Amino acid sequence: MTVLTPESENVSTSSNRLLHELPREKLAWMLQRMCEIRYFEEKAEDLYIRGLVHGTMHLSIGQEAGSVGSIATLWPEDLIIHHHRGHGHTIAKGADLTTMMAEFLGKETGYCRGRGGSMHIADIPGGNLGATGVVGGGIPTAVGIALALQMRRSEQILLSYFGDGATNEGEFHESLNMASTWKLPVVFICDNNQYGMSMHVSKVMNIKNISTRAASYGIPGITVDGNDVLAVYEAVLEADERARSGQGPSLVDCLSYRWRGHSKSDRNLYRTAQEIDDWKHKCPIRRFKKVLVEAAIMTNDGVEAIDQAAKTAVDRAAEEALTFPEPSPENMEDEVYAP
Amino acid sequence: MTTETKREITYLEAVREALVQEMRTDKEVFLIGEDVGTYGGAFGVSKGMLEEFGPERVRDTPISEAAIAGAATGAALMGMRPVMEVMFMDFLTISTNQLVNAAAKMRFMFGGKCSIPMVIRAPSGSGTGAAAQHSQSLEAWFVNVPGIKVVAPSTPYDAKGMLISAIRDNNPVLFMEHKLLYRMKGLVPEEPYSIPLKSADVKREGRDLTIVAYSIMVPRALEAAEKLAAEDIDIEVVDPRSLNPLDEETIIRSVSKTGRVLIAHEAPRTGGFGGELAAMIAESEAFDFLDVPIRRLAGRNVPIPYNRTLERAAVPQVEDIVAAARALAQEGK
Repeated sequence: MTVLTPESENVSTSSNRLLHELPREKLAWMLQRMCEIRYFEEKAEDLYIRGLVHGTMHLSIGQEAGSVGSIATLWPEDLIIHHHRGHGHTIAKGADLTTMMAEFLGKETGYCRGRGGSMHIADIPGGNLGATGVVGGGIPTAVGIALALQMRRSEQILLSYFGDGATNEGEFHESLNMASTWKLPVVFICDNNQYGMSMHVSKVMNIKNISTRAASYGIPGITVDGNDVLAVYEAVLEADERARSGQGPSLVDCLSYRWRGHSKSDRNLYRTAQEIDDWKHKCPIRRFKKVLVEAAIMTNDGVEAIDQAAKTAVDRAAEEALTFPEPSPENMEDEVYAP
Repeated sequence: MTTETKREITYLEAVREALVQEMRTDKEVFLIGEDVGTYGGAFGVSKGMLEEFGPERVRDTPISEAAIAGAATGAALMGMRPVMEVMFMDFLTISTNQLVNAAAKMRFMFGGKCSIPMVIRAPSGSGTGAAAQHSQSLEAWFVNVPGIKVVAPSTPYDAKGMLISAIRDNNPVLFMEHKLLYRMKGLVPEEPYSIPLKSADVKREGRDLTIVAYSIMVPRALEAAEKLAAEDIDIEVVDPRSLNPLDEETIIRSVSKTGRVLIAHEAPRTGGFGGELAAMIAESEAFDFLDVPIRRLAGRNVPIPYNRTLERAAVPQVEDIVAAARALAQEGK
């Protein structure tokens, strides 16, 4: 078990190996998705400030490596279930940016027809089984999804995401115990941004690494540098193989940091500007670009072209989504029950 | 609707038969819960099922009601048809996040693009000396959550037909099984049959007074009606069978006919489902036919006590229904 610290600025040896093992297209895909997430969330924030968004939102700026590095390991037919800070997973799983932006804006053409919003984006046909807004609430549901996969003898696996705060919920304990007992094909991924709203992990648990909780379920646990997309990839791929081969779940703790507040009402009273600034210097996107260029996988112009393409895609998505129709309050009851 | 049969089985056996028959015909149906396997379920409902279906489909779980509910919800999201057994309805308090925030809401919240076909079987009610945490009737909580259906059949025949409907339904259905009903016997056809959830049943026809009762209150209301028949009070007993969806029409028709209505349930009066029934009747055309105000007979506003005398006194018994129905039948005359 490799335990990396957030201070680790260097890509580990194995990640360097990955740089040369993974196809260039895959690495480019990873960079593009990370950039799309960043631009999507900056655009979301911008639309909010301009008064065009009705509800709240939870931005994952700074945590892009976790969602992209993990989802990059999946087969197309694999599944994810995630949480309120879920734009990153949704984009990494292949969501259409325009349909996603439409949902964020509450439009009829959005993924959830404007019923879910930022906190509940699901793309069922795309294998994104939805985001839950109750901390830890997706974890028990993940047990059931993985149980169905196992009972159907499927080769698919599920990634179940939650935050550091969720690991203090009873549902986390019940679910990891059950999934481990039944050796279900699921990988539990903690998007550890170190804060449950205002509470730093050190104030709410008496352990240093969340991954050590895996020991009580008899499953492997690893804490990875969640700002290193290839380190995340490597750890999750190993966990995937375990899940896919019937050996059961693992717990991957992706240690990162959210640059923005918990949600729109957050005034960052619980942390210093210096701390936020320090983490901005550990930007996962800038870091990945640097690695790609230094390893001569891509040129500087090459990575910037990907960055620009992501920005353009997000801009277009927002422009188009703003023109979409609002849903009608008539017949709202129709979707409550399935026929 | 009644199929010809001469076979009598208990309510418990009817529930088991519905489960077994649906599991034989649909491989996506499975039972999950605490001690449902070797033990056969806390009340013996799943006795013998492990032997027929094996441990994957009659699945024993850790004592983890949140994860059990999540396991059922997630499997249902994937298109399976799990039947979750909670040992006592009271323990749904631990499952509630999954049922209320996930199972009931996913379809709507995700734009109608998924469905959650699952059943939550919940032994409910008092009368067994199990005291405050093993005796509750929590239907009103769940009726107030759009996205989850709530049914509470009162006879073996209804239990089998409605459980089959609940399993085939594409939504979460909370299926209440009153513990005192488990031993009740009744005629139940051997072949599978289904009863639409939204179908109240007139259990006894009468002209003087309507009693709207569900679950354990149905046999008690019927017994009360027989006693009052001797006093020439002719009572109609309407069993909604399902609280959500609710067959309002059958209730309204009955009340419009009799002009007097007594609503009976075991759950505490304040905030109980009786209030909803009363309001529904008051807002309907039946209001114009009412000769006297609507009356409710419900559990007292106390946790269920342990002591036998206290426990009996906490919820309506036959003699309470007799007294309330007699008074209501004579009111204003």
